Amino acid sequence: MIPELGHFALILALVLSGAQAFFGIFGAARNDARWQAVVRPAVAGQFVLVSTSIGALVYAFVSFDFSVLYVASNSNSALPTFYRVAALWGAHEGSLLLWAWILASWTLAVAIASRNLPPSFASRVMGVLGLVSFGFLLFTVATSNPFERIIPAPADGRDLNPVLQDPALAIHPPMLYFGYVGFAVAFAFACAAMLEGKLDQVWARWTRPWTTIAWAFLSVGIALGSWWAYYELGWGGYWFWDPVENASFMPWLVGTALIHSLAATEKRGVFKSWTLLLAILAFSLSLLGTFLVRSGVLTSVHSFAADPTRGLFILGFLVIVVGGALALYAWRAPMLKSPAGFEPTAREAFLLYNNILLVAAAALVFVGTLAPLIADATGMAPISVGSPYYDVMFPLPMLPLFVLVSVGIHASWKRGQLGNSRRRIFAGLAIATLLGLTMVYVAYGPGKWLTPFGVVIGIWIIVSSLFDPIDRLRRRLTLSRAIIGMTVAHIGLGVCVLAISTVESYTMERDAAIAPGETLAFGRYAYRFDSIGEIEGPNYDGLRAEVTVLRDGAPVAVLHPERRNYWVQRSTLTEAGIASRWNTDMFVAVREHLGGNRWSVRVQMRPLIDWVWLAAGLMALGGVLAATDRRYRSQAAKEAVTAPGSAAAT
Amino acid sequence: MTLVAGIVVGVGIAAWLGAQAFRNNVMFFFDPSQIAAGQAPQGERFRLGGMVEKGSVVKSEGSLDIRFLVTDFKHTVPVKYSGILPDLFREGQGVVAHGRLQNGTFVADEILAKHDEKYMPPEVAKSLKDNPPPPDAVPAPAGT
Repeated sequence: MIPELGHFALILALVLSGAQAFFGIFGAARNDARWQAVVRPAVAGQFVLVSTSIGALVYAFVSFDFSVLYVASNSNSALPTFYRVAALWGAHEGSLLLWAWILASWTLAVAIASRNLPPSFASRVMGVLGLVSFGFLLFTVATSNPFERIIPAPADGRDLNPVLQDPALAIHPPMLYFGYVGFAVAFAFACAAMLEGKLDQVWARWTRPWTTIAWAFLSVGIALGSWWAYYELGWGGYWFWDPVENASFMPWLVGTALIHSLAATEKRGVFKSWTLLLAILAFSLSLLGTFLVRSGVLTSVHSFAADPTRGLFILGFLVIVVGGALALYAWRAPMLKSPAGFEPTAREAFLLYNNILLVAAAALVFVGTLAPLIADATGMAPISVGSPYYDVMFPLPMLPLFVLVSVGIHASWKRGQLGNSRRRIFAGLAIATLLGLTMVYVAYGPGKWLTPFGVVIGIWIIVSSLFDPIDRLRRRLTLSRAIIGMTVAHIGLGVCVLAISTVESYTMERDAAIAPGETLAFGRYAYRFDSIGEIEGPNYDGLRAEVTVLRDGAPVAVLHPERRNYWVQRSTLTEAGIASRWNTDMFVAVREHLGGNRWSVRVQMRPLIDWVWLAAGLMALGGVLAATDRRYRSQAAKEAVTAPGSAAAT
Repeated sequence: MTLVAGIVVGVGIAAWLGAQAFRNNVMFFFDPSQIAAGQAPQGERFRLGGMVEKGSVVKSEGSLDIRFLVTDFKHTVPVKYSGILPDLFREGQGVVAHGRLQNGTFVADEILAKHDEKYMPPEVAKSLKDNPPPPDAVPAPAGT
């Protein structure tokens, strides 16, 4: 009964989203207040209904209702409760429902926070969001019903894919979706502005906090996925240019460009049409990411089902959304004028360079990700594009970008007046060079030729970000959250560059055959394989080894890598043993018995790798701080238009 | 004007570098029949895909060295590898190897097999569709 209730609620939500789209868009077009008045109740109703639906599916999971096909395919009576809930988004149908629910939540937040926006504008924003929601709910109901019954019900479920049974992965998809779907809000604001034919600096101020919060969620989501691949899949790195990683990275790159271009639009009224284009692009890439990951055209741990109708549906939806928005853009954007001019060393110009380089980087990733698919679709020889391509290409736009960050951060609006900041620029570079070269040549020893550049630039970004806040503190000026947020996020970027340069240069790794009692020397470190024995978990059994890491002969860490055999899906999984220190990670994974009491092991030391994920956390924190700045609430209220503020955090 | 010219030149250089990097760093895929027909380049890195032939895996005890045959049921290619094998490397299962051809032996530096039991590398699935295996040779390719 409960699953049918969930299914019914989902169909009602579909109907309501259609009403929300229709009355939102046409109510504003006809300037009909009664039509517009329907929109907010429709949003609220849709949220309640989708929540009911997702609640019904959670109930089916928690209560072991294996008569529901989706539950039977992704759960098992031995699965711990936490993962039974997380199993909801463990496969295709449930993750679509989660997507729809997150969109309903964002829309509800917009409905609440937009009470003081001009009614026709708010109505259009919610109308566009209704349209997106309609598409996704129709997709779910028509092709991917998570409530489908299986009769007779199997005695037990086929279990959640063991690689997904992990705490970081349980929250990775919701975070990522909050980011993806958050860009739908920026997209809706852009479409509403184009429908109104009016885009001013106030518009940019409304849009900014939503975009920044979405971007922060996306940053956390990507970092969690990367962390998970590191320790759970035993890939032993932070980024592999896997197509699915790229699918989430492209909207992040364009979203980063968007939050910077919005800053210029808000402060100086420039880049209006460019900002609109980026908003459309960021959401389109989010949809493309969903298409790539969910349609099964990419082979990866993420592609659950290769059902062509689903792929075609998302592709069609993508064409309608992108095509429609671009047509609207072509019609309306020429009407927008960006009056203010600026010099090539002004802050506006640096933000423009930032945008060009970030979009170029996104384009590189796009080409690398889609080329194999295009080659396949056009019947050319099958190809694969891997890390060699990205290793060469990705630094090309990124290195100039990082240098420009360190310089451009000192530029003022309109006129750069970089001459006044000459001392800061060179002092920053001098400090960074000194610290960086000390770190490279004294602490670590020379690495690759790019290493000193990466390390120095990373430190330079950090130092450059600090000048302005320190100067303000010295002059006893207050630091707004916007400035603190920007500083924290830029420090995050610097830490990220520094950490990646270090990991890429000083990682030591080795695969070896080793027997208990033997030791593997590794520079100053040594890994001693102590023992291996049997273990049993709630839904698996396996082997667990004990490995002691010695530094200069003294033990510094004990690692416990495991091999797990999950009973239901009969798959074997490697759980790496990892010990994290502030300056390095010690990693060991045991693979297989080679006979003669020997085992194959993979051993790694990765200096500063944890700082890559920490850096993503800093960027996200910076985003949240900047998005909750006072001016989005109080100053806008003075103008009788309260901007959407912290409610975005739901 | 200077700015626009600079951007055009910059984009041009970037596109050229991109095309170069793309050409040099893209890996092509070959199946055993194509290798037997001499289509695969000597000494260049490429992807080899097919099924691990049953009974062909030879490990030397206590070391990481392994030899096996990759087959598309028409031809086979001997593969040599030294290193960690993926969890799902099995006889009779699909496999993709990266490496170079040396004197008729494929010397692999990376072996891929994904985590999902149902996984079949798409190129392998396609190659098998074009060269259907004899009915009794293998379990039905599980890739759907």
